[in-house]
Amino acid sequence: MEKIVCVLCPMGCKIKYNAVDGKIVAVEGNRCPKGLSYLEEELKEPKRIVPTSVKVVNGELPLASVKTSKPIPKRLIPKFMELVKQVQIEAPVKVGDVIMKNVLDTGADVVATRSVRRISSA
Amino acid sequence: MRIAVIGAGVVGSLIARELCKYDVEVLLIEKNLDVGWGVTKANSAILHAGYDDPIGSTRARFCSVGNAMFTELSRELDFEIKRIGSYVLAFNDEETAVLHKLLVQGEKNNVPDLTIHDRETILSREPMINPQVKMGLWAPTAGITEPWMVAIAAVENALENGLRLFLNEEVVDFEKREGRIINVITNKQVQRVDVVINAAGLFADEIAKLAGAEYVPLHPRKGQYILLDKKLGNTVRSIIFPTPTEKSKGILVLPTIDGGLLLGPTAEDLPSDRKSDLTTTNEGIQSVKNFALRLVPEIDFSLVVKTFAGLRPESPQKDFFIGKSEIVPNFVNAMAMRSPGLTAAPAIARYIVEEVLQQQMGLKLTTKKDFKPTRKGMKKYAELSLEEWQRAVKENPSAGRMICFCNEVTEAEIVEAIRRGARTLDGVKFRTRAMFGRCQGGFCMSKILKILERELGRDASQIVLKSPNSWVVDGKVRE
Amino acid sequence: MSAAIAAAKKNLKVVIAERDEITGGILNQCIHNGFGLHYFKEELTGPEYAERFRDQLSRYADSIEVLTDCHVLRLNRNKKALLVSPKNVFELEAKVVVYAAGARERPFGSLMIPGDRPSGIFTAGVAQRLMNIDNRKVGRRALIVGSGDIGMIMARRLTLEGIEVVGVVERLPYPGGLLRNVIQCLKDFNIPLYLSSTVVEVKGRERLEEVIVASVDEQFRPIPNTEKSFKVDTLVLSVGLIPQVEMLNGLVSLDKRTRGIACSNTGQSSNEWIFAAGNCTAIFDLVDYVTKEGERAGEYASRYVNGERFSLGIPIVPGENVMLTFPNYYNDIDDLTLYLRCKKPMEKAVLKVGGFEKTFEDLIPSEMIVVKIPKQKLSNLDRIEVKLEEV
Repeated sequence: MEKIVCVLCPMGCKIKYNAVDGKIVAVEGNRCPKGLSYLEEELKEPKRIVPTSVKVVNGELPLASVKTSKPIPKRLIPKFMELVKQVQIEAPVKVGDVIMKNVLDTGADVVATRSVRRISSA
Repeated sequence: MRIAVIGAGVVGSLIARELCKYDVEVLLIEKNLDVGWGVTKANSAILHAGYDDPIGSTRARFCSVGNAMFTELSRELDFEIKRIGSYVLAFNDEETAVLHKLLVQGEKNNVPDLTIHDRETILSREPMINPQVKMGLWAPTAGITEPWMVAIAAVENALENGLRLFLNEEVVDFEKREGRIINVITNKQVQRVDVVINAAGLFADEIAKLAGAEYVPLHPRKGQYILLDKKLGNTVRSIIFPTPTEKSKGILVLPTIDGGLLLGPTAEDLPSDRKSDLTTTNEGIQSVKNFALRLVPEIDFSLVVKTFAGLRPESPQKDFFIGKSEIVPNFVNAMAMRSPGLTAAPAIARYIVEEVLQQQMGLKLTTKKDFKPTRKGMKKYAELSLEEWQRAVKENPSAGRMICFCNEVTEAEIVEAIRRGARTLDGVKFRTRAMFGRCQGGFCMSKILKILERELGRDASQIVLKSPNSWVVDGKVRE
Repeated sequence: MSAAIAAAKKNLKVVIAERDEITGGILNQCIHNGFGLHYFKEELTGPEYAERFRDQLSRYADSIEVLTDCHVLRLNRNKKALLVSPKNVFELEAKVVVYAAGARERPFGSLMIPGDRPSGIFTAGVAQRLMNIDNRKVGRRALIVGSGDIGMIMARRLTLEGIEVVGVVERLPYPGGLLRNVIQCLKDFNIPLYLSSTVVEVKGRERLEEVIVASVDEQFRPIPNTEKSFKVDTLVLSVGLIPQVEMLNGLVSLDKRTRGIACSNTGQSSNEWIFAAGNCTAIFDLVDYVTKEGERAGEYASRYVNGERFSLGIPIVPGENVMLTFPNYYNDIDDLTLYLRCKKPMEKAVLKVGGFEKTFEDLIPSEMIVVKIPKQKLSNLDRIEVKLEEV
């Protein structure tokens, strides 16, 4: 049996399953129905939250860590990284600042996960 | 008068410094990126007492004299030595007989205060030693130091006295006229010279061959070491030797100058084409462990900080090869500096400059009136009193920013090290002891990299660990 | 930070000495997700988690003085600490100390791996700091040693930034970290995981050029003729964390198994005015646990300042199939939140602690077990043995 971990809540249920041609034929280990829908999604269109960094201009640090506000399709990650590399934001940056809106039409934003102060001379 | 010294190890650096006491132009040419990074960088750091050198050998001639000179030298150049004494341990009657031979040999070599101690005395001074020990030869003049610091300090002092230092520059040939060397040719330039002194460590035989002078064939003798955490620094108080064999002084257990515990070295003779082989091996490290445990049975190997290897330049005669060439009249050798090369270095430097150059070769050298004999080492802020440190921080805030926590090194010291010539991570490490501690740079390396970037005005991708292609980081994550 | 906030809530004056330029510790460079699921019931990245506590600190700014870029060099028996910062070097006398200095990574040198000593060998934390804070790529082609969470997370991080990760080498026969990370960091990117393998040689005169990996037996000894060569210029090591306890040398006792500061469930060490929490006591999996322990230490430290005295309590010892336990002593002043790690993977086992029993499934040593045991289950004992009976 294959195994995944459902990440929807702290329980982190280890779900064991068998799938044939993308269809689930056996499943066990989920403690609630959300786990089953998570598994279905995972097989159909796996999605991930992507944590990464974005260049900061005039900040006390050269980078601000960011993440996608929602999981985005795994297959879009390479394109997503290309976009992220082009972006630069001006300090100051605050946790929660929206850096990119609705990236690649996924409905997910890219938000800052740390603050970066502006350098005093700028 | 222009004199070139080839090789800025401890021997070459001390010769260069000695020469700077005179009104001559002194060139010190070193192929590595910093001084003291050849044989000098990785050895047992011991100032040997001198009982282990055959009577009448060149080693014997210079060892105990050099040992005594270190007291004054360490004061002049402000580097640390600790005269902790050494024991040669005997575990049976044959070995005890060897101790007596060494005692006699040592006395003939003018080694002061040698005595043989019995088991009880030894164990009362060194409780961690194998209780099966029978007797021990005690030599109070033996000590430890920081070998690269000797070279660094000598060069700093020589620079203040007019030395011209050439780093990252390798001698590739000599130009001669009528049998004398007129030019030294390096991979960067051609320099006219009047005298050449060969202190090129492992490569001294190759240099002598290029010059057409006499030499002894050198092959590298590898010594592998294990360094353990300062927590074990009090395992032994003095240097512990086993009874030596024909081959070598053996694998030792000794404290390091900064409070760690050092085990080693092995003695592996390598072919002469392996002069850059500094690899450690499983067999080598295992044998260091095994032999060390025979001397001190309780060593906690979960506290190992690192393992490393050094190479000594060994000759078939197992002795130094020092003196003026009879073939090339302005060429002088100071080669085959195997053990006790470090100890003998100050005596050899004086001998070469006073006797060889001036008496034997008849060079007329006038002493400099304004020679500055002392060099002040770097201030270690963590050793200051509270008030002194407070004052220092008011003037210079970076004296209060701790960068290396394991060894208590501040940003001010790192900046000073760079000012004094550090251009690489190892350059900072060997001048400040940052990154030498138990975390091995885990907390401070990224900070030191940034400081080097800032002080040298260079991008971090251009900063290296120790040699031109030992880059540390690549480009930026986000341009 | 959580200890300081707990103490501030009890109206005590607190000084936090943080040797980095910013509070938050290692969280600042852990830009990945997975923090706060238990504590905040939300999934946060490391920096976000740290920011939540920084906000709370500023709310108690009247009670809590935060000194950053400030290293505590020494602490002596007279409760005097030497604080060193670019602003000032001074002595501070405390009524009580909460020590939360975390852990350091096991360095490459201590592994005694034969070969050269080239540049390009990093511990995972250093690689993480260089990439996430200093904006520096550590290399071009990498091999990762250690499939703990840190190792796997760095495998993903490097890959996302265009560094080729040729594999993750693990000496155990199973991954060292969470299954979720095996999926999201390795499987997602097709990074091979080489189990029961170890590095036997590193090669490279100046910069790393090649790493030789061999298979190992159950005692982790390399098996001859199983060597594989990886031509990489970067080696990232995640081979263990060591509690940082050196500053308290001679002041507190350590636990032989965790190698960290031995503590009671009050967070108190063997020296009554020193409390400790976090990775300096035992290596924890989740920051959520560490936060709770910090709060606990802050609470009891405050009660100590206000005159209360506690005994260390009865010893808690690991028994059958248990590798280590934390805390190391139990004082019945409160229920016991017990953390433990099993010695080997077990499909099903019953945890037995005093009168308390609970069944667990799918246990592996790298996933900490946490249980809250009511004090009634621990009465009338002179020591607490923690067992995992395999079913």
